[in-house]
Amino acid sequence: MAEAITADGLTKAFGSAKALDGLDLTVHTGEVHGFLGPNGAGKTTTIRVLLGLMRADGGRATLLGGNPWTDATELHRRLAYVPGDVTLWPNLTGGEVIDLLGRLRGGLDTARRAELVERFDLDPRKKGRTYSKGNRQKVALVAALASDVELLVLDEPTSGLDPLMEEVFRQVVAEERERGDRTVLLSSHILSEVEALCDRVTIIRAGRTVESGTLAELRHLGRITIDASLARVPDSLSSLPGVHDLSVYGSHVHLSVDQSSLDDVMRHLAEAGLRSLVSRPPTLEELFLRHYRHDEPVGAAR
Amino acid sequence: MTGTWSLLRLILRRDRLLMPLWIVCLAVAPMGYLSSIKAAYPDAASRQHFYDLNASSATFVVRNGPLYGSSVGNLLAWQCGFVPVVVGLIALLTVVRHTRAEEEAGRRELTGATVVGRHAGLAAAVLCACGACLVYGLVVGFGLAAQGVSPAGALALGLGFSLVGWVFAGVGAVAAQLTWGAGGARGIGIGVLVLAFLLRAAGDSSASAGWVAWLSPIGWAHRMRPFAGEQWWVLALALVFTGALVALAVALSARRDLGAALLPARLGRATAKASLRSPLALAWRLQRGTLLVWTVCLALVGLLMGGVGKNVAEMMRDNQAVADVFSRLGGGGAVTDAYLAGTMTLFGLAAAGYAVQATLKLRAEEAAGRAEPLLATAVGRIGWALAHLTFALLGPAFLLAMTGLATGAAYGTSLVPAALAQLPAVWVLAGSAALLVGFLPRFAAAAWGLLGAFLLLSLVGTALQWNDVVLGISPFQHLARLPGGTFSVAPAIWLVAIASAAGVGGLAALRRRDMPVG
Repeated sequence: MAEAITADGLTKAFGSAKALDGLDLTVHTGEVHGFLGPNGAGKTTTIRVLLGLMRADGGRATLLGGNPWTDATELHRRLAYVPGDVTLWPNLTGGEVIDLLGRLRGGLDTARRAELVERFDLDPRKKGRTYSKGNRQKVALVAALASDVELLVLDEPTSGLDPLMEEVFRQVVAEERERGDRTVLLSSHILSEVEALCDRVTIIRAGRTVESGTLAELRHLGRITIDASLARVPDSLSSLPGVHDLSVYGSHVHLSVDQSSLDDVMRHLAEAGLRSLVSRPPTLEELFLRHYRHDEPVGAAR
Repeated sequence: MTGTWSLLRLILRRDRLLMPLWIVCLAVAPMGYLSSIKAAYPDAASRQHFYDLNASSATFVVRNGPLYGSSVGNLLAWQCGFVPVVVGLIALLTVVRHTRAEEEAGRRELTGATVVGRHAGLAAAVLCACGACLVYGLVVGFGLAAQGVSPAGALALGLGFSLVGWVFAGVGAVAAQLTWGAGGARGIGIGVLVLAFLLRAAGDSSASAGWVAWLSPIGWAHRMRPFAGEQWWVLALALVFTGALVALAVALSARRDLGAALLPARLGRATAKASLRSPLALAWRLQRGTLLVWTVCLALVGLLMGGVGKNVAEMMRDNQAVADVFSRLGGGGAVTDAYLAGTMTLFGLAAAGYAVQATLKLRAEEAAGRAEPLLATAVGRIGWALAHLTFALLGPAFLLAMTGLATGAAYGTSLVPAALAQLPAVWVLAGSAALLVGFLPRFAAAAWGLLGAFLLLSLVGTALQWNDVVLGISPFQHLARLPGGTFSVAPAIWLVAIASAAGVGGLAALRRRDMPVG
């Protein structure tokens, strides 16, 4: 089976608010897939539809080859889920919650559990009510990562973790990725995290998919930033097609350029006498912001 | 103390319904008693008889406190013996709700980071609770005075209630500093309340050690001596003691960090027991404490009611009005049977309260976000719901059996079957609550409103002899009146069928809807 998750034109409305508006998502088996979008873009709603907790109004979704709504309990044996906002039972200890959730999924690797508890520096003897937000998050993460499952669904898993623990989380997911026997759907709005961990990403906005592909593919769509020192600054530069955000400081120019116009622009720069050149591919942040910065606001609920 | 005023307004905003509601509901009780006493004991002779019967009965004095004389005012003050306990409880819960519970939920951090003083939250909560208790006392005082009893006595009675509220607001303030969780703080406060009640009861029922009642703030309310030579200085005692408790709370609060506690949180198991591996095992962990508390409380009330039942026979024989009230509430036949059957109706209503609480645990788990990770495992929605509904269905059976056992033991007969006969009506409420959780999750708490309506029909409606069709809305009206009556199968089957239909409908809706609904 090549695809762990497919979603095709999902729609979901809560009253008059459209949470999902034709959302597409494809996650290949064995990959770490970044699911990007600002707060309220519909990430959590998508995940709840994929987990069979909510029923989509329209569109189709498959999860591990099954129907997420009708085959929910069977499919849930094969996945582990970390919700964005983890709440624990006040009178159960963290260790009890880890064991309970693992057993209800159908199996827990006890050696892996011990290792993760150690690495995440978690005291499993504390009662749920006494954990901080970050520690509650760790409990859910250990429970999911130590489970014997093929798919991990992580909804903003590092919110509340300190930088040290965020690093531990990255290492653990990177190890999962190297082993390659698990699929991870990682919803996040922390771009550096996605950039470091994910094979492919899907960017959504207002309940709709706006970009999807490998980071390399997405970069191809973005603009390259160029800083150059020239012998003389040609006047024609600003009128070239594909050049944006041009600024000139004496003999120094800063500009960004569409990838399709790169060849043309470089020729102009070379003719002007290049003294030094720094070029940089678009960061994920720039790709991301491109979709959000200048667009009109669209009301959508999570 | 900067910001106390704005926090006070925040509390008043949050409690804008709850606070007036308890003040009005609890103020109606003494006024209702006054008119029923005037009706039931119109002359001095009947009141003297009531006095002779009750002033020397240890059971009654333990329950209601000392009976100082045979005037209407004396009888009224005595009838209100339970009110100070309720006011104390409300004040305690109010303070904990606005201090430790806020801290536990993390909202204290939000307000704490704005321009508010270190002790502003505590001050606002205490001021608010004490103010509400004062308003309550004044409402009772002026309300009763308007009905023609001695104004001084009425005010002493009302302010006696207030003073218990003040002291327990202070107790709540101290308890809130001691534990990590609001639950623990409530537990400590309620423990102190129970101790205060026991000290009051011990002092009042003992001939030689009456001073023991002076150790209890609840005893102070009685020692204001409303309608019996008011002792106003007791108020000063309560104010000083409350001030001392608040000062202690402030001192404790100054020594700890936000979120921290003086009593350390206990550590638990690092791994789960092998048995914690099913939704039912989890439901047992989450529900057993509540069931235990309900059972112990109702069994204690059962012991008390069974004991009172022995004294009732004589009271009934001599007072037709009281006998009428009880026979309308319960069943026909002998007056003691009527009393016991009426008691069983009360227990049935109480067990229904437990059933509603146990069913609404489903909604509480959903709303708190704890159902979601569970339902993302191989646990299905029906399995999850049935685990909690097991407690809503079998919990009341256990509760009623134990309560019937306790009542019967104190009275000297077996009352377990009579108590269990309430179950079909109790299950109707569990089923209705499940239906609401399935169809109208945001309004699931309406199940409490339904219980309140049935309570009103059973207690007020029967007493005022409302139309049978109206009374028949309450499932409790269709139950056999036991002991004394005969058990008939048909209504029981009907009620069970209604309960099942509602429950199955609720489960079907739960399976089809979105989870969680915010």
